[in-house]
Amino acid sequence: MSNHPPAAGLAGTRTSRAAEATARGVLNFSLGLLILAALWGLGGYMISINPKTQSFAGFGLIPTLTSFPELWQLGKLQSAIAASGYRLGMGMLIAIAIGVPIGIIMGRSKRFRELSNSSFQFLRMISPLSWMPIAVFVFAAWDHSIIFLIAIASVWPVMFSTAAGLAKVDPAWFKVARNLGATPVQMLTQIILPAISFDIFTGIRLALGIAWVVLVPAELLGVTSGLGYAIKDARETLSYDHLTAMVLTIGVIGYVLDTCCALLVKRYSWHRGDA
Amino acid sequence: MSIRGVNISIKGLGYRYSSRGNPTFSNLMLESPRGEALAIIGRSGCGKSTLLHIIAGLNRPTEGTMHFDDKKIEGPSSRWVMMFQAPHLFPWMKVSQNVGVGLGFAGWPEKEKAERVAEALKLVELSDYADTNVQDLSGGQQQRVALARSLVMEPELLLLDEPFSALDAFTRASLQRDVRSIAKRLGFNLIIVTHDIDEAILMADRALIMAGAPGKIVHEFEVNLTDPRQRQDPAVQSMRARLMDAFHTAAQVAGSPAEKAEAETASEPA
Repeated sequence: MSNHPPAAGLAGTRTSRAAEATARGVLNFSLGLLILAALWGLGGYMISINPKTQSFAGFGLIPTLTSFPELWQLGKLQSAIAASGYRLGMGMLIAIAIGVPIGIIMGRSKRFRELSNSSFQFLRMISPLSWMPIAVFVFAAWDHSIIFLIAIASVWPVMFSTAAGLAKVDPAWFKVARNLGATPVQMLTQIILPAISFDIFTGIRLALGIAWVVLVPAELLGVTSGLGYAIKDARETLSYDHLTAMVLTIGVIGYVLDTCCALLVKRYSWHRGDA
Repeated sequence: MSIRGVNISIKGLGYRYSSRGNPTFSNLMLESPRGEALAIIGRSGCGKSTLLHIIAGLNRPTEGTMHFDDKKIEGPSSRWVMMFQAPHLFPWMKVSQNVGVGLGFAGWPEKEKAERVAEALKLVELSDYADTNVQDLSGGQQQRVALARSLVMEPELLLLDEPFSALDAFTRASLQRDVRSIAKRLGFNLIIVTHDIDEAILMADRALIMAGAPGKIVHEFEVNLTDPRQRQDPAVQSMRARLMDAFHTAAQVAGSPAEKAEAETASEPA
């Protein structure tokens, strides 16, 4: 029997290839952003030199970037991010708390899957914002209505992704774990959840994208805080530089959140060839 | 690592997949003394794998009883561990984590667990791979990890369901020899289900032939050979010929129509 660990040389080659790929990724990322900024700058300049559109010059790149310190000093940026972040976080937490357990039951029980499939597919197809009048009627606070909208929009990707992940799991793993004395709780925490963590985080990533898209229009209605409200307020006061700064903030936060989720998906993926 | 075997007593065991269906086997009787390596051979579909799953406690028999050392068996336990056709390792765990997973389920403290895992890995000659991801191992190495995962529980009985059938001939031969040698050294019982007659001869002290529908034990063979056993030894070859004869006779006498037809074809002169 000859059992030797893999050679170190191969690992070195792999590391240098990975470093090369990372450097190329960073370069392309920066280049893409520069092109976008250049197009925006050019568009802003064209607007500012035309007398007919001059009053909208605030939409340009430079006025937008220079408005950030002012927004920060006024505390508008922080309070808008905090209010939206709280609603998004609560909505996502509720979606995960409901979506993951139901997804696991769907994945494990054919009967439950068959019973629930039509109802869930029906509810999933209802536009989240169309729940708004009902949410306002049911919940006393606007905040709660928005959290409800985010939760109902994001629960489906989490639920279906969890169920699909469990359906792909090798049933022999459960048999092996049972054979080695796993209790139902150990089966859940040490076998099921690690086996499907990739699918759960993929579902959360999809859900976060949907939640972020739902959050802003939901905040345009009724509430007096948050990024959506800040955009509405800037439009009404004709502060176009503030408006664009808020739009830019939404884009940046959405991108950062998605990147964090992608990193989590990569971190918890045990599938070879993913990432 | 100190392990002891069990006296196995199976009486009137029967199983059917559905209440209206035909029994897979019925009224099966089996005794196996402490430390014995027992092989059950038979064609696909005779119920030998189902029997093994029942002995492991993973399926419940529809009739009959099983006792290990006078203790009635009614479910799975880490004292009788099964190795499957494929290793079924947990790919998100390293080799050492896979080996120690059963000890973790049993609530072993980390220090003692690490010691036992290291000992089991040494036994299967994979100590250098403790921190390797199981997906980076070859099929044979993965099956060794599965063996270590079973051995670390210090089982009284190790059940093997054609565990080496997917491996290449060299790896298979090496694992057959090692599993028998470890079992004899540590004193636990082995029950091997296989359709490979050579495997039964190389690994078992006794071979049972299972045939028919419903399946029954139709023949029993003592494999009185000295260790280590080599496939090319004349004694092994002669035992193989005797087992093959018994296998065909059993199929003709007690087999299902398909088994009988196959046995007749096999016994016709070329």
